[in-house]
Order: sequence, then C-alpha cells, then structure tokens
Amino acid sequence: MLIFVGLGLYDEKDVTLKGIEAIKNADVVYGEFYTSRLTGTHPEKLAQILDREITILPREEVEDGRKILADAEKRNVVLLVGGDPMVATTHVSLAIEARKRGIDVKIIHGQSIMSAVCGLTGLHSYKFGRSATIPFPYGDSVSLTPYEVIKMNKKVNAHTMLYLDIKEEPMRISAAVRILEKMEEKVEEGLLDDMVGVGIARAGSMNPSVKCDYVRNLKDYDFGPPMHVMVVLADKLHFMEAEALRILAEAPKEIEQMVE
Amino acid sequence: MGRRKKMVERVKHLMNYPDKIRNIGIVAHIDHGKTTLSDNLLAGAGMISEELAGRQLFLDFDEMEQARGITINAANVSMVHEFDGEDYLINLIDTPGHVDFGGDVTRAMRAVDGAVVVVDAVEGVMPQTETVLRQALRENVKPVLFVNKVDRLINELEVDKQEMQMRLAKVINQVNKYIKSMRPEKYQEWKLDASNGTVAFGSALYKWAISVPAMKKTGVGFNEVFDLCKAGNMEELARKTPLFKVVLDMVVRHLPSPTEAQKERIGVIWKGDKESEIGMAMLNCNPNGPVAFMITDISIDPHAGEVATGRLFSGMLKRGTELYISGTYAKNRVQQVGVFMGPDRIEVEEIPAGNIAAVVGLKDAYVGCTATTLEKMMPFEEIRHVSEPVVTVAVEADDMKDLPKLIEVLRQVSKEDPTLNVQINEETGEHLISGMGELHLEVVIAKIERDKGLRLRTSPPIVVYRETVQGISEVIEGKSPNKHNRFYIQVEPLPESVVELIKSGEVSMRMDKVERRRKFEEAGLNKEEAKGVTEIFQGNLFIDATKGVQYLRETMELILEGFKEAMKNGPLAREPCQAVKVKLVDVKLHEDAVHRGPAQVIPAVRQAIHAAILTAKPAILEPMQFIFISVPQELMGNVTREIQGRRGQVLDMNVEGDMVTLKAKAPVAEMFGFAGDIRSATEGRALWATEHAGFEPIPQAMLNDIVMDVRKRKGLKLEIPKPTDYVG
Repeated sequence: MLIFVGLGLYDEKDVTLKGIEAIKNADVVYGEFYTSRLTGTHPEKLAQILDREITILPREEVEDGRKILADAEKRNVVLLVGGDPMVATTHVSLAIEARKRGIDVKIIHGQSIMSAVCGLTGLHSYKFGRSATIPFPYGDSVSLTPYEVIKMNKKVNAHTMLYLDIKEEPMRISAAVRILEKMEEKVEEGLLDDMVGVGIARAGSMNPSVKCDYVRNLKDYDFGPPMHVMVVLADKLHFMEAEALRILAEAPKEIEQMVE
Repeated sequence: MGRRKKMVERVKHLMNYPDKIRNIGIVAHIDHGKTTLSDNLLAGAGMISEELAGRQLFLDFDEMEQARGITINAANVSMVHEFDGEDYLINLIDTPGHVDFGGDVTRAMRAVDGAVVVVDAVEGVMPQTETVLRQALRENVKPVLFVNKVDRLINELEVDKQEMQMRLAKVINQVNKYIKSMRPEKYQEWKLDASNGTVAFGSALYKWAISVPAMKKTGVGFNEVFDLCKAGNMEELARKTPLFKVVLDMVVRHLPSPTEAQKERIGVIWKGDKESEIGMAMLNCNPNGPVAFMITDISIDPHAGEVATGRLFSGMLKRGTELYISGTYAKNRVQQVGVFMGPDRIEVEEIPAGNIAAVVGLKDAYVGCTATTLEKMMPFEEIRHVSEPVVTVAVEADDMKDLPKLIEVLRQVSKEDPTLNVQINEETGEHLISGMGELHLEVVIAKIERDKGLRLRTSPPIVVYRETVQGISEVIEGKSPNKHNRFYIQVEPLPESVVELIKSGEVSMRMDKVERRRKFEEAGLNKEEAKGVTEIFQGNLFIDATKGVQYLRETMELILEGFKEAMKNGPLAREPCQAVKVKLVDVKLHEDAVHRGPAQVIPAVRQAIHAAILTAKPAILEPMQFIFISVPQELMGNVTREIQGRRGQVLDMNVEGDMVTLKAKAPVAEMFGFAGDIRSATEGRALWATEHAGFEPIPQAMLNDIVMDVRKRKGLKLEIPKPTDYVG
C-alpha cells in the first residue's frame, strides 16, 4: 500500500490525526521536501515527535518512483509531502503508476495553501483563475508563463495565485517581484504598473504576514522569513473582498476604486 | 637599436593613415617558403640584418619552431615600405603551413585584407595551398601570388626557357581555377595575371624576384633570370631586382587598404545592420566610431600576462578603454595597447581603426570574440575552422600537487587555441586534449611543459570518432523525469549536401531567416524542414516540426540544450554525433513553468534523441587523412607497403624524372608513428604532407571492437546500449 500524507503548511503540528495514525502504522516512512517545505520545523523534529525514522528522498528518486513502488508492493509505505499532496506537485504520476501495478493508494489530505490564502486575505475562492509558479531564472532567461497566466486571468476578471520556486532557499516576494519586472521588460505590455497584489508569508503559522499593495511596492515590504506566496488581483473586486483586504491586509485606500 | 627605434616612430605615424596601411597574411603549403619570404621582407624593410634573413627565420622565434624548422604559430609584425616615394605600413602575419595548425591560418585571415599566396614552382599547387586559399577567399581576403623556388626549376629540373614559362603559367592557371570555382562573382576582379603585376616570381632563399611592372624599371626579365640562375650568379639578381621590393610593391599596389577592404568585408564577416552607427563606422573604418575589435589570437607574455591580438575595424584603442566581451557578461579595461614587431610588443599610446593591435587587460577575452564599447553590439561571425579535432591524448600531472596548476593551464590553452578541445575531469584527474593531429598535440604538450614548468604524463594518442545514423528512426516518446512532459523525436541522416552547406559556414542561426531557408531548401531540405530549422550544432540539425504548441517558445532553449548534450556525446560510445537530423515531431508540456524546468526538459530530450539514434542504424565514423608523398622511384615499394599496412589505399601516382609522387588515403587511427616509420622505410628520402579527408564509416567487422574499446576507456558498461536503456 502507498499512502500519501499531507503535512500541512507550517510545522509538525499541522499533520492530521489520520496522518499520524498512518505514519505510526507504516512499515516505512519516506519524505520529500523539494516541492514544498515546512519552515516552522525540521524533518528530524517530526521524526522525533512521531517516534519514526523518516527517510528523505531526493527528487530523482521520487520521480523515478521504482524504489518507492517496489517497496509499496510488499508493505505499507507512507510518503510525506508538504501541504496537500496532490496540489501544486506532480505526485499524481506516482499514484497512477502504483494503481497500474495493483498497489492500493490512499491520500490523507493536509491543509493547502490554496485555502489558507482565501482565509488570510478574504479573497473569494470562486474568483481564482489558473495558478502559476515563478521559477528562478535559468541563465539569463526568464519564463514568461506567469505573466501570460496573469494576463489571461485578468481577461476573465480572475485572481492569480503565484507560487514561488524553491531551490536551496525558497524564493521571497522581493525576488519574485524583480523577476516579474524582468518579464515586463521583455514583453513590454505595461501590465505590471497597474498590477495590485497580496503577499502572504508563513501561512499556517501563528504569525503570518499579509500585505496588499501595488505589486511593484511589495518588493520593499518586509514580509519576514519564508514561505512566501503571492496573489495578483483581478481588476474588479467584490465589495467584501475589498473590505477584507483593507482590514486584513492593510490595503491602500484606493482599493475601494476596484470594487465592481 | 637606433634603426629599430626609428622604425617604431614611422610605424606609429603611419597607423593613423588607413589608406597607407596594408594588412596582409602570407599563406602556403608547408615548406613552400612562407617564413623565408617573410624574413626577407623584414630584412628589406630594415627590421633584421639582410645576412641573417632566411637563415634566422626571425618569425619562427619559438625554440620549438626553430628546432623543427616549421612555423607553428601565426606571428605578427609591422614594417614600413617605401613605394613611389611614399611610406606604407605593412602589418604582416606569417602563418603555419602544416595541416595540424590550420586553425591559425583561419584566424589570421580574419585580421587581414589581402594575402600573398606562396607556391613552390617545382611542386605546384598542393592540397594545403587549396585549403589556405579557400580560407582566404571565404573571408573576402584578396590574393596575390608569389611563385617561389624558380631557381630549382632551372637548376634542379633543368628545364629550358620555354618550359620554364609554361610551368609558371600552369601554376597561375591552377590558382586561378580555384579562385574561379570558389568566388565566381569575384573572378574578374581577382583573377591573377602576370601582365598586370598580381603575380611575382623568384627565390625567397636567394632574395630575388621579378614581376612585369618591376621588369619595366629594372630591365630584368625571364631571359636574364634564366641565364643568371644557370650561371649561379643569383647575387646579381638579388642586387638588381630584390625580393622585398618586388613583393612589397605588389602588395601595396594590388592588395586593398583597410578603408577599401572594409567596405566589402564587413558584410561578409558581420551580419548586423549596416545602416546602424557601428555598421557605418566599420564600413568607413572610422577611428572616431565605437570600438569594434575582433580577437584572432591570444598569447602569454611573461610580464604582462595575456595579450589579445586582433583586427580593429572601428574606433580607437587606448589605455583605460572599457570593452564588453561578446558571449560573456564581462567588461574589461584595456591596460596597454601595442603593435608586434616579431617577438617584441611595442607599446603605443593609441591605435586607430584599420590596424592589427595587441591589447593587454582583456582577461575575459577568448580567441574569436568581439570586444567593443557598445553593450549590445552584434558580434562578428564566428571564425569557421575547416577541420575538426580528430586526435585526443589524456594528460595527467606527474606530481599530484601540480593538479590545480594543470587545470588552470589547460583552461588557458583552450582559450588560446580554439581548435583544441579540452575536457577537464577534476574527479579522476585525467584530462583530455583533442586537437587536429598528432603533431599539434605534441607541440601543445611540449609547450605546457616548457612554459609552465609542469611535468606531464600523457597517454598514446587516441582517435576521436563520430557517431551518426544511416536509417530513419521510429518516432520516440521521451518523458521528463516527473512524467508530466513528453517529447516526440525522430532522427534520420542529414543529406551530404546539407552537411556540406553547414561546413561551408554559409548558414548560421544569426543570418537572415528567409535567406537561411532558401539555402537549406537549395541544399535539399523540404520546405517545411527548412522553415523548422531551430539549431545548427557541430554538423547536426534540430528541426522543430510541431505546430502551435503553447509554451514551446520558452521551453525551446532547454530542448536545444538537450539536443546539444545528445550531440556532444552520442549513445554508442559517447563520441560526438555528426550529420544527424533531429526532428521534434510533437510536444506535450505541463501547464506550470516549474514543472517543465531544465531538470525535466533537458534529460527527456537527450534520452529521446539517444533512443531514436539507436533505432536508426547507428554507425561509427573515423577520421581519414590524405597522404602526399614524393620519393625516388626505387623506394616506391617501401612506401606503398607502409601505406597498405595501415588500411590505406593509393589513389593516384605521378612520375616525374626519377621521382614518384603519390596520393593515398588512410585512417588517422593507423597513421600514428608514420613520421618515424616512413623515415626509416625510405632512409629519410621521402617528402610528405597530410591533409584531412573527412570521416568515413568504419568497416562493419570492426564496429563492435571499436565501440567496446572506447566504452572501456571511458568506464562505460561493456555492451552496446539498447533504446530501452534510454526510454523506459
């Protein structure tokens, strides 16, 4: 059996009771921390609390999957994944391959950044369009996909969730805005000047940081330590969204003018 | 020293008058007498003593060059020549003739506007003559001809007056034939003709020459030449009609000044907008324009460090100028500028457009780069090397603690000589140097040992093979590691005509799109394929045959990286691929950029290409060499035995007097040690030269053994890989 356990957003306390039960009953516990990271804790701390050994797998091994699947054919394997295991990750290929081989697959969901952002900002989940990740530039080339996605979403008056890439360190909002500026230099469509966004740091912790402003201004706001995400707002807001942003995210007063 | 100092002053003065400058190269087949000619020109111009010229080989100032009696590096020198009462500045580059050092010739041709082609009157046009002529013509460098060793014709072959004239005319015709076939549109203008003075005849060793215009002044014609040679009185000839004067007069009169030459050459060597500021400045050789400096050589000065030499097409170089280096993000400050006088570099205040300059301080420069004051100048066209590295040796430092130094030195030599390919392996400490031939590598290694005081251990030379395909593959599906992206790839052989087109350097990804498409179509690609060409890499093509795939544009760079990786190390034996057409038939991409990043796309594409190659009748090609040998007839048998023992075949044979000249072809792999063996087989009486003859498939019976040999050497699994090893 292969069980994906979502670890939630921030620290070792975010995993569900059902998740803990699965971990305790597993024959082997793997963890992957390259798609997401719990910045409020360490894998060792988790291992200590749950009294289980956790084998951290590098990306190549999770993607290759052979080792995990061979294991899961014989015994109960748990794979720990930050957030909710099937959101913003590519683990579904592993689940499919397991099913093809007749391995039982279970998913124990965790908190997802998607829902946390709605809570922290007051934005309506119904109003989100496609999401995108801002990748670190490769050499001197930046992917223009996030810019395209924002543009498409704005056309249908939808918000855009922007995940930030993780390498050795998770990307911060200031860096993400600088990359958006690079995209703007390339496409020169002028979207960035009027772009209003919300930056969110440490969702799931007891001291998250949430700030709404022009995207260019978010570069200079001190959000504190990671993880960071961003939302680029649709051009028109529901009046409740605007009010929530004023109260919850210190939005500038002009936000009222965006109300439909 | 006084004379020399005065010379420097005259050079400095003339540098500012582009109409009075001639940038020239001397090119020839090995042993036809280039360096002897160069030395005599220098002596005539008062740079070295006349007695020493010819014996001194002033421009072969490297000990190794003097010991071997050949030129290894292209050497620069500036000198002054008086013509019709006016001073002219001649910037001269002497180039090597041995085929292993062809790279130096190619690079030198970028710096000059005209070339003196030297041909031995007895041997006539040789293969290397053709090669160097092609290099010159491709760079739009105008040729004039010096037919050397005319005295040998008279004294050794004992021809009569009439036959002498006929033989000389034949040499001219041969050279003209090449000009006509390589540059038909230029033929009328560049055709060599003794009567208009674009040809001179003489003896570099005995320091005399004649030409039709010179005859009118000196009164010395072919009759006098014949008689004085016969009489053994060449001193009189040298006195009446000195070599340097005749040849340099020809240079000044018939080879273009930078102002004249740049009007035409810029369009050939630079694909930017000619109407732009920099374009106009280069066309007009404007010293007040932005700096456009093409680096054609890098050498090491024990005191100053790296010296970058090249041609300044626009602007003014002086100390403190900040230059951007193309292909890097670096900006370097010029610390010194100077001109070369043989081994010495003479520092000057500033050097204006149109000259050949030596610059210190450009630490990020590499041979072939463009240095400019403009941040975004389109670089000059790449310098195309006619042949590719075919021989490799592994080197190790004798003393482990020299390892860091060795790595530094290897990086340095690969910067200096772009025909070398250096692979550094910091893990095993075994580094590979690939070059144009056995001699090329011997010289490089000897230089490292001598100049850097390192003791090296080297492996016996190994041949560099190529991998290719001989059939059409299936369409292979390559999956990214995360399985969320798929690439559909097909490979097939590239038609010979397209390979030739790529090798000729007439197509590049920088050139005009429509023009490129037309050339590829003419060479035999169909319309769709010609349109889809997205990358040209080491004689292989990548063709995008997909339609309207979203996000493909920003993923293409990664796909091309996968393509290049696949081509650098083929699937059979990790040897470079050649003449492979890779087609991207379809692509399925993940929505989000982070799930189709480098770690996903590059391996997926590389593996799909490798698997496709393995389903397309993969083959191994080996480098071949032509061998040209002249021996006395009685030793002929020994020579053919030597050739046949090396999987070689004799292609052609000519008897002249009691000498036989034969042309043969053999694999480079079998040619190691040939120099020694042929010497002992012929008591040292064979004169021989080699020329690259491209790549040919190895015999099927040897394929498995050779692949296993290479795999073993590289520490790879000892079996021929299967497509499923790459796409599971």
